[in-house]
Amino acid sequence: MPSELIHKFMRIDHLPHIWCAGCGNGIIMRDVAVALQELIDDPEVNLNRGKVVVVSGIGCSSRAAGYMDFDSIHTTHGRAIAFATGIKIAHPELEVIVLTGDGDCSAIGGNHLIHAARRNIGLTVVTFNNDIYGMTGGQYSPTTPTGDLGTTAPYGNIDRPFDIAQLAAGAGATFTARGSAYHVRETTELIRQGIMHKGFSLIDVYSVCPTYYGRKNHKGGAVEMLQWQKENMIPAARYYAMSEEEKQGKLLIGTLTHTNFPEYTAQYAKLIERAQAKAKKGE
Amino acid sequence: MSAMKKAVLMQGNEACVEGAIAAGMRFYAGYPITPSTEIAESCAVRLPQVGGKFVQMEDELASMAAVLGASVTGVKAMTATSGPGFSLKQENLGYGCLAEIPCVVVDVQRSGPSTGLPTSPAQGDYMQARWGTHGDHPVIALSPASVQETYRLIIRAFNLSEKYRTPVIFLMDEIVGHMREGVVLPGADELIINKRHISYHDGANKQCYHVPEGQYVPAMKPFGQGERYNITGLAHDESGFPTGSNAVAGALYTRLMEKIDHNLDDIIRVEEYMLEDADTAVVCFGGTTRAVMSAVEEARAGGMKVGMFRPITVWPFPEARLKARLHTLKRVLVVEHNYGQMLLEVQRVAAEKLPVAFLGRYDGTVITPSDILAKLREMEG
Amino acid sequence: MAGKRKLVLDPSWCKGCGICVAFCPKQALELEEEKVRLKADNECVLCGLCEARCPDYAIWLEDLEE
Repeated sequence: MPSELIHKFMRIDHLPHIWCAGCGNGIIMRDVAVALQELIDDPEVNLNRGKVVVVSGIGCSSRAAGYMDFDSIHTTHGRAIAFATGIKIAHPELEVIVLTGDGDCSAIGGNHLIHAARRNIGLTVVTFNNDIYGMTGGQYSPTTPTGDLGTTAPYGNIDRPFDIAQLAAGAGATFTARGSAYHVRETTELIRQGIMHKGFSLIDVYSVCPTYYGRKNHKGGAVEMLQWQKENMIPAARYYAMSEEEKQGKLLIGTLTHTNFPEYTAQYAKLIERAQAKAKKGE
Repeated sequence: MSAMKKAVLMQGNEACVEGAIAAGMRFYAGYPITPSTEIAESCAVRLPQVGGKFVQMEDELASMAAVLGASVTGVKAMTATSGPGFSLKQENLGYGCLAEIPCVVVDVQRSGPSTGLPTSPAQGDYMQARWGTHGDHPVIALSPASVQETYRLIIRAFNLSEKYRTPVIFLMDEIVGHMREGVVLPGADELIINKRHISYHDGANKQCYHVPEGQYVPAMKPFGQGERYNITGLAHDESGFPTGSNAVAGALYTRLMEKIDHNLDDIIRVEEYMLEDADTAVVCFGGTTRAVMSAVEEARAGGMKVGMFRPITVWPFPEARLKARLHTLKRVLVVEHNYGQMLLEVQRVAAEKLPVAFLGRYDGTVITPSDILAKLREMEG
Repeated sequence: MAGKRKLVLDPSWCKGCGICVAFCPKQALELEEEKVRLKADNECVLCGLCEARCPDYAIWLEDLEE
């Protein structure tokens, strides 16, 4: 019998999960559960668990949907956000959370990511960003740093990587943030804020893949990779107190953008009113 | 006693939308493509009026995905496209088959592989409708021959989709899609509208894909009603969770096929025209039908014993119905706007018993009654 | 006010990644044959960081029964 939290929010018959030893995905999936627990417990929010839908695509990250004891749908590769868009538009009262990976959401599903951001539809997207295609055995992804190795980048990756949070922000996402597997408390809080945000939110959470990325790139095991996150990813309060020089090579853990803009399904509800008023007038 | 119903002048694509709304469709996601675009345009106007939702997605793949997403929340959902877009939808169409998510996919066929002749008629997606997505999978495809039939048949498409929890392909073509004719709109009381079966199992046992003995279709509740189950495109057990068991996967695949194969009488509809005493049957579907009917009538006027056999349910192919006719026939002519696709099905069923001739056209022009008549004469020759 | 708590381990769920051991502020944990355990002489302060970072949910804090 695991902890109360895991027992309550995970399908424990299917645990332990399939992820490798030291994979960051389990940490991030727990962050999502803690954020949901807080919103369910919060009397001001009173989130209804039965109205939460967890959507994922394909890849290591996307196995998370099946483990989470909510209405959950594990869709096709890259299409999680598109499925989620249909769910949200059909039933805007649902709290739709997309769990996806770097390949799933920024390569094969990149088009859906930018257009959902552009529409500002009220989805919360949490990426399990591990810089690699893990499920297929370690091919370079759109977030693999230049120069790194993958089974399909045997001479070093010559692509430039995406910063997924900035990509979403550039496409119009009204809440974007960056978290990490190491920074549990901060990441959980960012996910909680993302769910609360009325509009499209994306929390790009850096995971770790010791099996296919760490080993191949001589970055050590899970511990060394989390240590790197600890040293190079800096929570907002400390990050903003740093000089420009100190910020060199460091990544912010925190909110990148947070703006307000009308949410898509709310706009659609108004469109329906307009259309019906017009029809009544016989126009 | 009711007053004579007035016919409304409508385009096939519009009739598709009006029928779908009458069937309860309240969600449409699509991407513009000729010659189906009027379906999207009509949905954009009409759905908000009835409290439904229309969304123009970023691409064809997203449209199909959004339709499946909407459907899992219990909303009747539709998308429409044409050949190239139909190809793009195929992966998610297969997802709908495996995960058993009802929806209707309209394909207003056009000419050619690739971009082809976008504004010209064709029926080249007949086989794609059956085999477009990968793997063995169940398919129901219906094809209307007129604007009036489009209205009625799209309702049937939704009914079958909800009843069997599977995507239904509505195989239109440019001829019917862009045809304008009078449509008599049936009253709501004249229509049978199926609702999705939900939860004849015990929701608490979490076996959402459980199907009782003798039944074929699972009955989970829509998302958002607290049932908390999993849907996946992986082979899954009755709880909806992925399985690696060949036995469990095999049983699932078999049930998916059998839910269609064991209900053929319910699913299959055929129009037989002047076939009772015919020695020659012309087999056709969809937009080719009108020319065939004219040709049949002219042939009859000229003393030839010709009739028409028209699958309305084009998939599964009405094999038993055609077989039942073979003993009275001497020959069959298949007429299609393609290089010979339904022909292959007819040959499979009939070729051992009698000669099967073919008249096809795939250059973007339309087969005329005189083309068919000439072919019939040549066959009798 | 939280009641008294205890640290619980389920070695059968532990995959031996060593994350909890490495980031325990009191070095109270160790791996034995790739499974986590509390050191015999440990100074665990029940901070819960091991639970938070355990990818496999094999270690957690639980309220002590009254």
